[in-house]
Amino acid sequence: MRETKYWTWHMAAGVVILFLLGLHMLIMHLGGFTHLFVQNPGQLAVSRANSLARDGNLFFTVTYIMLLGVALYHGLYGLRTILFELTLKPAAEKAISALLLILGLGLFGLGTWAAIVVHFTAVRG
Amino acid sequence: MADSSKILREVNFHVTRYNPEKDRSIHVRIYKVPVREGMTVLDGLHYIKENLDTSLAWRYSCRMGVCGSCGMLLNGHPTLACNTQILHIATTDLTVGPLPNFKIIRDLVPDLAPMIEKHVSIKPHIVRQNEAEINSTEGEFYQTPEELEAYLQFTYCIKCGCCMAACPTLATDVGYLGPMPLTAAQRYNIDTRDDGRKQRNEQTGSAHGAFRCHYAGECSRVCPKGVDPGKAIQYLKRRLVLDYLHLGSRKKPCARMHGPGEGKPLANVPPAPARTV
Repeated sequence: MRETKYWTWHMAAGVVILFLLGLHMLIMHLGGFTHLFVQNPGQLAVSRANSLARDGNLFFTVTYIMLLGVALYHGLYGLRTILFELTLKPAAEKAISALLLILGLGLFGLGTWAAIVVHFTAVRG
Repeated sequence: MADSSKILREVNFHVTRYNPEKDRSIHVRIYKVPVREGMTVLDGLHYIKENLDTSLAWRYSCRMGVCGSCGMLLNGHPTLACNTQILHIATTDLTVGPLPNFKIIRDLVPDLAPMIEKHVSIKPHIVRQNEAEINSTEGEFYQTPEELEAYLQFTYCIKCGCCMAACPTLATDVGYLGPMPLTAAQRYNIDTRDDGRKQRNEQTGSAHGAFRCHYAGECSRVCPKGVDPGKAIQYLKRRLVLDYLHLGSRKKPCARMHGPGEGKPLANVPPAPARTV
């Protein structure tokens, strides 16, 4: 049932990505209509002032980390699936799983560190 | 009514030939076959064997689309040679090859052993916790017509291998269970007499199980018996996920009745005649 567990989380991660990307679209591309999280109404959502305002908001920091986690899991599981379809030996499959796990954890750690550093930088102004 | 003895045209059969004892590689030979109305591809192959080339090998048995022995690739389409009339698919040329995604034993004979091994691995039979119960000849298991209907179409599979030949996932991943064994797993999982789903989940939910299906749907399109393996696999995936999340009711398998008359009697059904033996 281990693969069933991976698959279930893969699907769940896809749903979370859809939700977070929807939020991204509403804030970044439809901000002129929705006025969601727009601290400086006169400026674009991608302006430095609005970006810093979002980075300083704990909700966004948590959202960034969550999006990073689910996107990495969803993408790397998909990559693993593609690689497994190349008829590999069991040892190669284990090695690929281990490599992708290390890569995923590494990228997640790096991204999380970056999000936290940016958050505190923005809070300090 | 058409005269079936009259030769309507000659069709060039482009037949894949390979004898591992003699040939270094697969090659194609062309045979001219006089075609009559209603003649099947299997009849055409018999004509070649009897009149043109006695060394041609293929597998067949029932000649009526029941045994599943004569699955082959006709004009790039996996289907049964006995079920396919030449004039329905060819005017001047017809390509005849062995089913892809299988090793070739000789000419048009694929090695179906890996498929059968995968089929056996998913326990394609009624599994009960109490094995003596299923092997006992006393009594029978009660099942409603609706419960039968739920899995009936999946029982029509004749293990011809056409779905396996059409599967794009199996083309790259030889370890993938494939549409036929997964359909068989679904067939038994939803049979109310069965209690072996948990055991099958280990195999169907493995790294090369149901989740590798991309739902291309080719298996369902080519099945000569109208079975829908694509649908069976999607149901299987859903059930695997629900089982992992411990969602959905888990019914106990139906109980055995110990003789006629112990089930619910149907209304307005006249009594059966008295036993004569």
